[in-house]
Amino acid sequence: MAMNDESEMCVDVPPPTPGNGSVPLNTLHAGEQGVVAAMNGGQGLLCRMTSLGFTPGAEVTVVQNYGRGPLIARVRDARIALGRGEAGKIYVRRERDE
Amino acid sequence: MYAGSGMSSCHSVAVGEAVGSSISERCVLVALAGQPNVGKSTVFNLLTGLNQHVGNWPGKTVERKEGSFEDGGVSYRLVDLPGTYSLTANSAEEIIAREFIIREKPDVVVAMVDAAILERSLYLVAELLPLGSPVVIGLNMIDVAEQEGFRIEPRVLEAALGAKVVPMVASKNIGVRELVAAIGELVSGDYEYAPKLPEIRADHREVLVEIGELIEGCVPEPYPQDWVALKLLEGDREITEMMQACLSDDLWQGVHDVLRAHDDALVAVASGRYEWIGRMIRAAVTRPKAGEIGLTERLDRWATHPIWGLLLLAAILGLAFTLTYTIGAPLQNLLDTHVVGAVGDQARSWLAGIGAPAWLVGLVADGVIGGAGAMLTFLPILVIFFALMGVLEDVGYMARGAFVMDSFMHLMGLHGKSFLPLFLGFGCNVPGVLGTRVIESRRARLVTILLAPLVPCTARMTVIAFLAPAFFGSAATLVSWGLILLALLVLALSGVLINRLLFRSQRAAFIMELPLYHIPNWRTIGLLVWQRSLEFLRKAIVVILPVSVVVWALSVLPSGDVETSFLAQIGRWLEPVGGLMGFDWRLLVALLTSFIAKENSIATLGVLFGAEEGTGLAETLASTFTAPTGLAFLVVQMLFVPCVATVAAVRQETGSWRWMFFSVAFLLIVSWAAGVGVYWLAIFGGL
Repeated sequence: MAMNDESEMCVDVPPPTPGNGSVPLNTLHAGEQGVVAAMNGGQGLLCRMTSLGFTPGAEVTVVQNYGRGPLIARVRDARIALGRGEAGKIYVRRERDE
Repeated sequence: MYAGSGMSSCHSVAVGEAVGSSISERCVLVALAGQPNVGKSTVFNLLTGLNQHVGNWPGKTVERKEGSFEDGGVSYRLVDLPGTYSLTANSAEEIIAREFIIREKPDVVVAMVDAAILERSLYLVAELLPLGSPVVIGLNMIDVAEQEGFRIEPRVLEAALGAKVVPMVASKNIGVRELVAAIGELVSGDYEYAPKLPEIRADHREVLVEIGELIEGCVPEPYPQDWVALKLLEGDREITEMMQACLSDDLWQGVHDVLRAHDDALVAVASGRYEWIGRMIRAAVTRPKAGEIGLTERLDRWATHPIWGLLLLAAILGLAFTLTYTIGAPLQNLLDTHVVGAVGDQARSWLAGIGAPAWLVGLVADGVIGGAGAMLTFLPILVIFFALMGVLEDVGYMARGAFVMDSFMHLMGLHGKSFLPLFLGFGCNVPGVLGTRVIESRRARLVTILLAPLVPCTARMTVIAFLAPAFFGSAATLVSWGLILLALLVLALSGVLINRLLFRSQRAAFIMELPLYHIPNWRTIGLLVWQRSLEFLRKAIVVILPVSVVVWALSVLPSGDVETSFLAQIGRWLEPVGGLMGFDWRLLVALLTSFIAKENSIATLGVLFGAEEGTGLAETLASTFTAPTGLAFLVVQMLFVPCVATVAAVRQETGSWRWMFFSVAFLLIVSWAAGVGVYWLAIFGGL
């Protein structure tokens, strides 16, 4: 139909093998930092993530994470709100705890 | 500050055409690009003032702003491109922005970037440069960046980029003149534009070359081949479809195989852009030491907190209601009686004075003025809501409100951004529907538009407030609250249902920026309110006027009496449907006339039951109908097709008659089903 023209029909890319200690972003507590190791998701989601600053190698700080509901992360000086599901598709290597 | 020039004097001139001719003889086409929240509209308003035109991009429901200004004898045509984070086809906005630059080849593209989020906002610049049109960078909000501890040297950045960089504080009108000068320098050739272009990450360079060789010579004009190759690697839907159609099956198979083998290329392309950005800003920017906490972060500890955030949101919404009820509603009444009523009376007596036939008097006074007037009375509430939405958006709060409501909205397959428009619908459904523009995902926006009319607006509540006591006396308050709860329950269920059936439970990804808080720019907000109100009036009149004339005609033809009119006949014809709830034709007619304005229900009932004089309308209704019928009538009234102004807004925002009719049909079915359900429940419940 007329307005249902979005590419949200994501063909899931097989999840990357996180390995060497990388964890989903949604497991980081507020104040913890990490470096993006891998990302998965459909083309539409990946495109949004990358254009908002998430790429492998980017430093991420979790600003708010109450364990449920969406969380806030800071990447490339911008504050980004992500749903838990979306944050679970970004794998980070912990850098240091605060 | 800049002399405005007439829109008509300014035509797009193809690049190259004017080479050699005097610059002052032609009009320069400038496109204004930038990510959301970089102050693009502030710059647009500063440059064009009131000399701007707002419309839609052809065939889309995306707002298109265009304006003109003059400087040093040169006239400029400025087109505001939609704010997007990238130029990959994910929504209409990105496609509009890039198609405009590729097809219209603007003389200059002004790329606004946020100095406080420089790395991220240069991402769009990395996408703009390969499109060919010369780019000027407006480095906005340098004051905020300095507050956050950044030290930026624009000259160093300019040298690195090979493109003009103009430091600005648009909100304080700093740097706008310099920006115009920079545009002029670029057009006149005084500035040597030699941009350094981003490259794909090293490990994908060969693949890009391979794709380039495969599509060589097959890329349709005016798309740059290198750019098309890059977009294919990024998995861009539009470009993939375009090339699939252009290439022979064999060639496409070749391209397809390469793309399949490198389905991670999107990330490599993006990484390449950020690597390029890193090189550009390395020398120009000193970053703040980590651990400093800015104002935005401090405010967000409250605004995005799961409890305090909700309380803050509740307080803001409370304020919205207070404003609506204390200012909007009285103004609406005032307009209704003193302007619309007075003009109607004037027209009536004047027409009668010159001997016009009675039908003409009725047509003009009741049909045309009544219909157009109903629209006019919406203005105060519309202005209040547009202003509120504008302030919340401009300050940066909107994203926070969406954030705290996200978990709740998940239940309906929506996300947080749908909450505010729906909630604003409590005041009036029209701004609720128009407010869905803040939702980027078209699917989520559509679902929200379809749900918005189920929010009980003030006009519906007025009708309920009058009728509930008539049927239920002292229990009226309880019944009213029950009706509101029912409406919200139906809304939530409809949300789940629409999402399941129409969209197979796809949910837009929730990922959005929480912009820095800003002091609101009243000029921007004022212009926004003015344009949105005007646009609504302009478009709504096309729907509202004919409908109100038709309903008026049906209510007086053929005999001039409501009781024998076509409308009454329709009501009688519909009696079998209404009979399931104990409705007679008069209740049905009252519902039908509520289509013009919800309050009409009461007026119509007054006319239809007016014959039984001696007692008030309330007593008459209570003695004529049983309690279950009364309850069912209130339920249907609550969930019925919204007023014609809302329907017009649905048409405007979906950009389609089909969705408008779908919305109307959907609400007819829902309200009827709920009415019948409640009626029988009440009967079995012994009411």
